[in-house]
Amino acid sequence: MNSPQTLFAKIWDEHVVVQEDGAPSLMYVDLHLVHEVTSPQAFTGLRTRGLRVRCPDRTVATVDHSIPTIASGLQAADKEAANQIRHMEENAAAFGVKLFGLSSPQRGIVHVIGPELGLTQPGMTIVCGDSHTSTHGAFGALAFGIGTSEVEHVLASQCVLQRRPKTFEVRIEGRLGPGVAAKDVILALLSKIGVSGGAGHVFEYTGSAVRMLSMEERMTICNMSIEGGARAGMVGPDDTTIEYLNGRPYAPAGPAWDRAVDRWRRLSSDEGAGYDASVTLDACALQPMITYGTNPGMGIPVTGVVPDPDRTDDGAMKEGLKKSLAYMGLKPGQRLLGQPVDVVFIGSCTNSRLSDLRLAAGIIKHKKVAPTVRMLVVPGSQEVKRQAEAEGLDRVFISAGAEWRESGCSMCIAMNGDQLEPGQYAVSTSNRNFEGRQGKGGRTFLASPLTAAAAAIAGKIVDVREMVNS
Amino acid sequence: MSSFPPFSSRIVYLPHSDIDTDQIIPARYLKVTDKQGLGEGLFADLRRKPDGSPDPDFPLNKPENSGASVLLTGENFGCGSSREHAPWALKTAGFRAIISASFADIFRNNALKNSLLPVVVDAETHARLVNLLALHPEAEVAVDLASQTVRLPDGFEVRFPLDGFSKRSLLDGVDELGYILSFAKEIENFERRHESPPGEVAA
Ligand code: SF4
Repeated sequence: MNSPQTLFAKIWDEHVVVQEDGAPSLMYVDLHLVHEVTSPQAFTGLRTRGLRVRCPDRTVATVDHSIPTIASGLQAADKEAANQIRHMEENAAAFGVKLFGLSSPQRGIVHVIGPELGLTQPGMTIVCGDSHTSTHGAFGALAFGIGTSEVEHVLASQCVLQRRPKTFEVRIEGRLGPGVAAKDVILALLSKIGVSGGAGHVFEYTGSAVRMLSMEERMTICNMSIEGGARAGMVGPDDTTIEYLNGRPYAPAGPAWDRAVDRWRRLSSDEGAGYDASVTLDACALQPMITYGTNPGMGIPVTGVVPDPDRTDDGAMKEGLKKSLAYMGLKPGQRLLGQPVDVVFIGSCTNSRLSDLRLAAGIIKHKKVAPTVRMLVVPGSQEVKRQAEAEGLDRVFISAGAEWRESGCSMCIAMNGDQLEPGQYAVSTSNRNFEGRQGKGGRTFLASPLTAAAAAIAGKIVDVREMVNS
Repeated sequence: MSSFPPFSSRIVYLPHSDIDTDQIIPARYLKVTDKQGLGEGLFADLRRKPDGSPDPDFPLNKPENSGASVLLTGENFGCGSSREHAPWALKTAGFRAIISASFADIFRNNALKNSLLPVVVDAETHARLVNLLALHPEAEVAVDLASQTVRLPDGFEVRFPLDGFSKRSLLDGVDELGYILSFAKEIENFERRHESPPGEVAA
């Protein structure tokens, strides 16, 4: 009998094309997602060498990072962004790559449309020139971000050189309480292990709490695996996964579907499979989380206080914390409850799917956004936008005084004009609170769609549990 | 001749950990479609004051640091996004090696592909370098990839880890894509037994 294997090991072993002694493994890539920001130089590389795209049918492109969300047309983009978008269109046409371009009804953030279209499937290796490719691991795929040189490698050869990472089990047991969302799970994990705690590893999320999560919630968690330093995060496929994929445009159908499901059911980690590291979280004990600092590991329960740099013995940590608090304009020991906010952003590949918008709308319904707050709601894809509008969620947001936009990355990365002004505070459902990430000098509190929506109404940071309980 | 010959250089010290790629090069500089002009964006927000003028206290702005090709930083350098613009910008600005206690995975990969050497040192060596610079800001280190060593002016020498494949690639200037494409046969064979790509079956 074979020894028990992890989900990761099964996928890895199946995709090694060549393994030379001492060299990294040459891995086959099942699905290559491409976007306008990290691909132009890779296509130029192909042209210089006179190469073609090896597998156009395994390559899918979209535009999401630099596109306008205020309106759908190119005329709303600034000159540089428009140039980048045009480059993507030309490259896709010249190399025969499928593109969900600016005028496509199926376009959206690359990590939202992959799953939505059924392109993302269990057992696949998936790469993209984007660190949040980890999102796709929610389906039991091995999905990780790569640089532009590697994008060129994959375009030319459908392969990428990788060293085998170690495995890290993140076991989450129990049930989430009211007002606590998937985002709080991952923020709690990051606050526990830090932003490099998962370096060199692939997370696998296991346990009863994970089994109860929807696909969209699993995506939120896998999405931020990279914030813990892990290149990838994975969840073993189960009925929830299979149900989600059934009938999606690019999912297998007919007899091929049955064969695929058969294969997918054998992928999950075997009983007794070993991991190189592990950590356990008690879902019942989790509270709504919020970040206070300038990396996603700097999170606390929303009712907590900002830590005191002088209480840590670690010199580097002390300095880092001091620098963060200075940037954020916060004091050690201060509570975040009651902290005024200027902007609330609901969006990004972490929290812009239909269920995220429903959570936010549930809090906002029949209420008004505080007059001091600008609230921006940016659906993750045009399909999410259509579905939300069919349910009337757009009306909920608009009548509360929020802005309802076309899909895109928007204020998550602030490349398209949607950005914070220097000094402004935002509660954001995105994934990075780095200095300047949402606009030069902007200050970000990361939180769930529930906590973000509650802040929009109150004009300050509040404990959303008081709203959902009342 | 080696593609990565030994060299000596002064050191710029950025004393923080977890310096993310958004700090190395903010997103607004990513709207290019080539690799030109990225030096302009390097540490763009850190090196300027809020009014846009250069911050004289930022280490890269100090005149004595101009021309340095070694950067010393805190741990987990390059965390965050996968943008290869980060090593491109560092290279454009003249950096050839970065010394840290640890690097984020994607940044490390990207750096190696651009002949930017990530030098991992232990905490003790890191502290020794910091002390050295506090006393002698003009001190130079000698970086030798072939022997995998960094040597301080006082003769202290430390060996840094690097896998054989990356080392050979840097020294010989190996073209990685060329290496991958040399396995065309193997890739073809693999494809023959592998599942077909996702298709528009149900639509
Ligand atoms: S939404 Fe943000 S994190 Fe996600 S792909 Fe876009 S820029 Fe990256």
